[in-house]
Amino acid sequence: MTPASPRAIVIGASAGALEALSVILPSLPHDFRSPIIIVVHIPPDKRSVLAELFRAKCKIQVIEVEDKEPLRPATAYFAPPDYHLLIEDRETLGLTCEEPVLFSRPSIDVMFESAADIYGRDVTAVLLTGANQDGAKGLLAIAEAGGEVILQDPGGAFAAAMPEAGLKLCPDATVMSLDGISEHLRRIG
Amino acid sequence: MIETFEKIEDIEIRLLLEALYVRYHYDFRNYAMGSIKRRLRQAREQMGFATISALQERVLHDETMLPRLLDYLTVQVSEMFRDPSYFRAIREKVVPHLKTYPSLKVWIAGCSCGEEVYSLAILFREEGLEDRTIFYATDINQDALRAAEAGVYDLDRIQLFTENHRKSGGKSSLSDYYHASYGRVSFDRSLRERVVFSDHSLVTDAVFGEMHLISCRNVMIYFDRPLQDRAVGLFSDSLARKGFFGIGSKESLRFSAHAEEFKEFVREEKIYQRLGK
Repeated sequence: MTPASPRAIVIGASAGALEALSVILPSLPHDFRSPIIIVVHIPPDKRSVLAELFRAKCKIQVIEVEDKEPLRPATAYFAPPDYHLLIEDRETLGLTCEEPVLFSRPSIDVMFESAADIYGRDVTAVLLTGANQDGAKGLLAIAEAGGEVILQDPGGAFAAAMPEAGLKLCPDATVMSLDGISEHLRRIG
Repeated sequence: MIETFEKIEDIEIRLLLEALYVRYHYDFRNYAMGSIKRRLRQAREQMGFATISALQERVLHDETMLPRLLDYLTVQVSEMFRDPSYFRAIREKVVPHLKTYPSLKVWIAGCSCGEEVYSLAILFREEGLEDRTIFYATDINQDALRAAEAGVYDLDRIQLFTENHRKSGGKSSLSDYYHASYGRVSFDRSLRERVVFSDHSLVTDAVFGEMHLISCRNVMIYFDRPLQDRAVGLFSDSLARKGFFGIGSKESLRFSAHAEEFKEFVREEKIYQRLGK
């Protein structure tokens, strides 16, 4: 077993996610230390191609989560369609079929809140482009637990509603461009 | 070493789960904590308690609160022929094997409100297997079991059920099996003539006979790893040699202590086959 990573990165995105993540994920080096746990809103009835798509472009590992997936460094984990993704502990991810939250399953709030519970101050949360309010409450939970919270600059986002909702609940969040976020993540590893 | 301390809420949750076990023999102590925590927070809020300790106090002393709390703790989300491709794989790949047996036992573990029970009963009838089969449908939630036995669903779900049934390769029309009235549909009584509904816990109860097919989808995701190992061990022991075992589309036996007792039978549908004992 690899030792549990001391830190994690969590990312939420909706409309425009593919383009935004295409700036961030391929820029991360193969020896990146943290696991990166990602919720993107996807239709429930389709097989998601996100993991396959990014696997081809990234230096880090990319997988779609199955229940009780172990967390490893330098790996991006995508929530599968029609399940909520939760962080069980610093070594394990879990899935559930509980009711959608804000019409979303997977829900960014649900994953972010579990990240706040498990990682406390040892997590960096990034809320990207999107056309709804999901993620804002979760971001607040992470901020309250002492974690770092970052928002994509709504001005440069494909859909501004989600980062704007995040900023409303977390006015102290750091606002960055996609390139700024990539650079920051590479620095903190 | 990372310095850790237990948050008050975590202590309260641990104590509540212990209380539920000691008082009522419902054992959620090895459920996956992330999901339990979410649902207990919901229960606390919606049942109007300031703390989880207050909720615990009430549930300990007032047993009429138990069913309400259980509804939060057990997730009842299903649909008929959910993941149609799973049922198509049962029909096309598993049924030909089942046809070689003179009598069959099928266990739907964690049957919730019965959607999967009726789905399999219909599939077995379409394939001419129903008469030689006994279905065991189990759950820990009594209300869910009663709903399963009644076989009554909201009319607005039937369009989805019908579509799923068609995609699963259904050979008949779903409307042959129910009648609708007052916004509800009731499934045909004859479908449950060969079904035994029973209270059974994967956490505390034992092996269940020589099964030819066990379907337990999206039930074990609510368990932690050690409890998953117990449940998979229980299924492994309950299966006949070369019996089939279906789990949810995002579950895996990869991480299980019993992985080597099974082989992948239909990989993409998470249907496994018990190896020779």
